[in-house]
Amino acid sequence: MTMTADPAGTAAPPTGARRLLPDPPAARLVDHLARFGPLPVRGAELIGEVERAGLRGRGGAGFPTAVKMEAVRANGARFLKGRPPIVVANGTEGEPLSAKDKTLLVHAPHLVLDGAVAAANAIGADVVCVCVERRAAPVVRALQHAIDERNRSRADGIELKLGATPSRYVAGEETALIHWLNGGDAKPTFTPPRPFERGVVNRPTLVDNVETLAHVGLIARFGAQWYRSAGTAREPGTMLVTVNGVERPGVYEVPLGTSLRHVLRNAGAHDVAGVLVGGYFGTWLTPQQAAMVSLTAEDLTTMHAALGCGALGVIGAGACPVAEIARITRWFANQSAGQCGPCTFGLPAIADALDHMARGADRDGRAEAAARRWLAMVEGRGACKLPDGAVRFVRSGLAVFADHVAEHRTTGRCRAPGGAPALPVPRAEASWR
Amino acid sequence: MGALIPNATLWYIARGTGFVTVVLLSASVALGIVTTMRWSSQEWPRFVTAALHKNISLLAVTFLGVHVFTTLVDPVSPVHLVNAIVPFSGHYRALGVGLGVVAFDLLAALVVTSLLRQRIGYRAWRAIHWSAYACWPFAMLHGLRAGTDASASWARWLYLACAIVVLAGVAWRAGAAVLAPVPAASKTNAGKSVSYRGAAR
Amino acid sequence: MSRKRLTVRVNWITCDAHGLCAELFPERITLDDWGYPVVDPAPIPAELEEHARRAAEACPTLALLVERAAQRA
Repeated sequence: MTMTADPAGTAAPPTGARRLLPDPPAARLVDHLARFGPLPVRGAELIGEVERAGLRGRGGAGFPTAVKMEAVRANGARFLKGRPPIVVANGTEGEPLSAKDKTLLVHAPHLVLDGAVAAANAIGADVVCVCVERRAAPVVRALQHAIDERNRSRADGIELKLGATPSRYVAGEETALIHWLNGGDAKPTFTPPRPFERGVVNRPTLVDNVETLAHVGLIARFGAQWYRSAGTAREPGTMLVTVNGVERPGVYEVPLGTSLRHVLRNAGAHDVAGVLVGGYFGTWLTPQQAAMVSLTAEDLTTMHAALGCGALGVIGAGACPVAEIARITRWFANQSAGQCGPCTFGLPAIADALDHMARGADRDGRAEAAARRWLAMVEGRGACKLPDGAVRFVRSGLAVFADHVAEHRTTGRCRAPGGAPALPVPRAEASWR
Repeated sequence: MGALIPNATLWYIARGTGFVTVVLLSASVALGIVTTMRWSSQEWPRFVTAALHKNISLLAVTFLGVHVFTTLVDPVSPVHLVNAIVPFSGHYRALGVGLGVVAFDLLAALVVTSLLRQRIGYRAWRAIHWSAYACWPFAMLHGLRAGTDASASWARWLYLACAIVVLAGVAWRAGAAVLAPVPAASKTNAGKSVSYRGAAR
Repeated sequence: MSRKRLTVRVNWITCDAHGLCAELFPERITLDDWGYPVVDPAPIPAELEEHARRAAEACPTLALLVERAAQRA
């Protein structure tokens, strides 16, 4: 069914859970406009709309988007000349279990750009920079194509740029991203100042995840009330989740408040020995816990977990969880920027201990004790949250798979047949520039 | 020459404070190297090295101030104010005196930036502090070339001792840089963690 | 009424494990297995403020920061 462009801008708002990834796909500008209508011109009052909508960031921290926008707008207004704010759309998606940002940028780039432009207008910014991992060539191409389309149509009045970042996990951390945009290494920097105060070329910088901005692009058109028509009263809206380790892995859009069990079953999860919520930066849950919890921040907090970037991982009975955890911890250690002592030395030490345990060599339990000691020693002691994420991942894993750990210790052997690794660990590139 | 006897006091002070300055400067450089090498023991914590380094440097500046002042104020001295400001000017041992002027300027920069460290920030301070490795040889060469007593055997032993101390320190530092060690865990908390095989350093 | 309390914070990027802070302010700072400072979050009473400042000043890389945070008394 074809749709013609709607000049009156009264395109119907999406109903149901399918909001961000339209069917059929609307990647081209003309299709995008036909599906959603033109982006209305809105100024600072958009911030109030976003606040009423209750939108929270989708990059992992879940920070209220309107609060961040207002902070940048206020800082920008303070300096009258020469330092208007900048919008950085973060699509780097360093979390290996997450594919939602790349999917969004390939299938609905204009929605992301709409949101970025709307946010820029709301806070008084004149430049938008969308950042993606340079190794994801199809995403870079799709995004560049979308930016070129918009520049040709000259509808935005705002400069759109593309930043192709090195493929390193911490490159997506907001201060690291800004440092890279400023010409430095993609490594976190010391705060203060925080980005909303001084960021890219010393301007107040709004760093938002691309999915967050896509929601902003819809809120700018259809309003807060519409946004709240999905999800729960306290946690409205929809979110993109990436499901791994199931029969039908991929990116799904679900309303907040959906039960985790429903999401996993829908994606074809059968053999569930443990569920990772929030990607490698998240928390392990037992199958029983996973069956009880819904996808809201509130519910997950009771399990000491969080939505994070919405990446979910399932491992089955056939994988050795201790080996998986050890492998991913080694990946964490290799992702360290090497700037802060506790992380640089602590993560490899913990990874060594876990390797020892996974091989069944820790018969007296001293490696596990050392690992636990170092987890406590490393937590919270760094310029970014990488060590904290690793600690949470390992600690929750040791709890959820305590019986596996015990079996490795007492028998020196692994119950699982020891096949191919279940959870992916990408190779990092060497460069930080 | 007899008429110069009352002024010889200033000359002796200038010469004496010059030697004291060179000794203090050598000690300061050596202690600075010990700081970067993080050496410490049960009886000698690192803050002692740092504090000594700072205080000896300030003492060196004081003696240097007296050294320069008495040299300039001495009516018979061939070194004049302009020579103290514009290096390598003047007639008397222009090269030797000039080296001292440069050393003085470098030391002034080192000390002023160190006193204002909190204000200028670590990176700027560190960049300037490297010039300590230039300041010391300039000071030594100044003494050897422009110093009245440079040819005396006791003076030569003194210079030799200072050179041995500093050059040994530099060799220690350079050797460590070449071998690129990881920052050593402090000896006050010597990695008493569990060792099961390949534990903490 | 608010009373400003002194806190101590580490710039982890600049810190290079010299360890002088733990020598000079052992009441609140100890060193981990790799020589990096572990800061006790307990509040710093007035009589220890001098030690905190001295430790911050002695740090060779200016990695120890002494800050005043306004808190309710």
